[in-house]
Amino acid sequence: MNLTLHVWRQNGAKAPGKLEQYEAKNVSPDQSFLEMLDEVNEQLIKNGKEPIVFDHDCREGICGMCSQVINGVPHGGQERTTVCQLHMRSFSDGDTIYIEPWRALAFPILKDLIVDRSNLEKIMQAGGYTSCHTGGVADGNAILVPQPAAEYAMDAAECIGCGACVAACPNGSAMLYTSAKVAQLAVLPQGQAEAAQRVCDMTDAAQAAGFGNCSNHYECQAACPKGVSVKFIAKLNREYQKALFK
Amino acid sequence: MRILTSSVGRKILMSITGQLLIIFVLIHLIGNSTIFFGPNGINAYAKHLHDLPPLVWAFRLFMLAAVSVHICYGVMLTLENKAANPGAYAVKRNLKKSFASENMIWTGVLLAGFIIYHLLQFTVHGTPDIVVGLDAANRVDVFKMVVTSFGHGLISVTYMAAMVMLFLHLSHGIPSFLQTMGWNNEKTIPVYATGGKVISAILMVAYISIPAVILAGLLKL
Repeated sequence: MNLTLHVWRQNGAKAPGKLEQYEAKNVSPDQSFLEMLDEVNEQLIKNGKEPIVFDHDCREGICGMCSQVINGVPHGGQERTTVCQLHMRSFSDGDTIYIEPWRALAFPILKDLIVDRSNLEKIMQAGGYTSCHTGGVADGNAILVPQPAAEYAMDAAECIGCGACVAACPNGSAMLYTSAKVAQLAVLPQGQAEAAQRVCDMTDAAQAAGFGNCSNHYECQAACPKGVSVKFIAKLNREYQKALFK
Repeated sequence: MRILTSSVGRKILMSITGQLLIIFVLIHLIGNSTIFFGPNGINAYAKHLHDLPPLVWAFRLFMLAAVSVHICYGVMLTLENKAANPGAYAVKRNLKKSFASENMIWTGVLLAGFIIYHLLQFTVHGTPDIVVGLDAANRVDVFKMVVTSFGHGLISVTYMAAMVMLFLHLSHGIPSFLQTMGWNNEKTIPVYATGGKVISAILMVAYISIPAVILAGLLKL
């Protein structure tokens, strides 16, 4: 199939950017979206032009690196799918595709489709851990974790930190991301000791990094490639209220 | 005071003040519905209400504080959120957000304007349509005042339009305050979304019924 691409090109953080048009010829429906872009880039390089710069790593849908807003939806709008797992069979011959970077104040564009997501790391550094003395390897079941708590924590831990929630949010808020990290540790015995401090520090770090406030649009959950639920935001809100009284 | 400055803290304050305003909207509706019992209904209700001036003023100040906090933080959070999202997507397709959730600030601003007009009209008696008098039992004739004012088509339509704004504001506001308080889980999320719309629609229809019934001539002097 043949496609018309409109891709955001920006030659650096300070440079002005604009959409440029490219033709993708003879695209196989079995290719992933990133493989399609690889071929477009090969053509650009052959023609002596600068290739389109985009983030990618595992190409298995688990690393959270690929970050493109495709036709107005982070990761392209196929439910629970990252860009690398989005296949060209979900497009039709002759389609026009708009490809843009994540856009949020806290995600400055570095080049073309790559944004700086280190602000998500600042949230993690503020409290996305448990403090403990390391020593010899502990027995597997020394700390008992109830099965429902383990399942709940695993659902929250599905978050791959890609930032699609921020890109989709009309407020540029990282509340779904922050809540997944807070909730994951809040239900586990190991996370109890620092729970109150954690929720305050992580939400403060999000605010300080320039992420917006959550106003319950739920665009984040709809765009999340891992289907992380906004129930974790409700959990974060509960944890926050508990922390207010400590 | 963390709650006054933090992202989640201010959201909780929005939620609590919003809940107070929703309770007020419910009580106000029950009070207003005494108009269907004629002058002896609403005039007696108004008299009972105003027989205790210190309580009336304490309640008014409390509501003023709640609505002020709600408006101040609503505007502040909206401005911060606009700044956090440069909104420069050439193409943006929304998957979930609704007209109501997107326009909370505007339905809120219109409701604030309506509240000022409503207070100027029926509390301060400062609009030209107001007829102030006493009924046969020497009470303030609220019935006559309301029926006369709602007899003007434009006034009734203004009230009806304001109640559509209230519907939009609450259809997002009700599920939103439940989520913000953390009284939510995976099963209740869709229930609250539907429940919020249903309760808001019931409130809207109930409020609109008063000017509609007067305009239709079913309730007259």
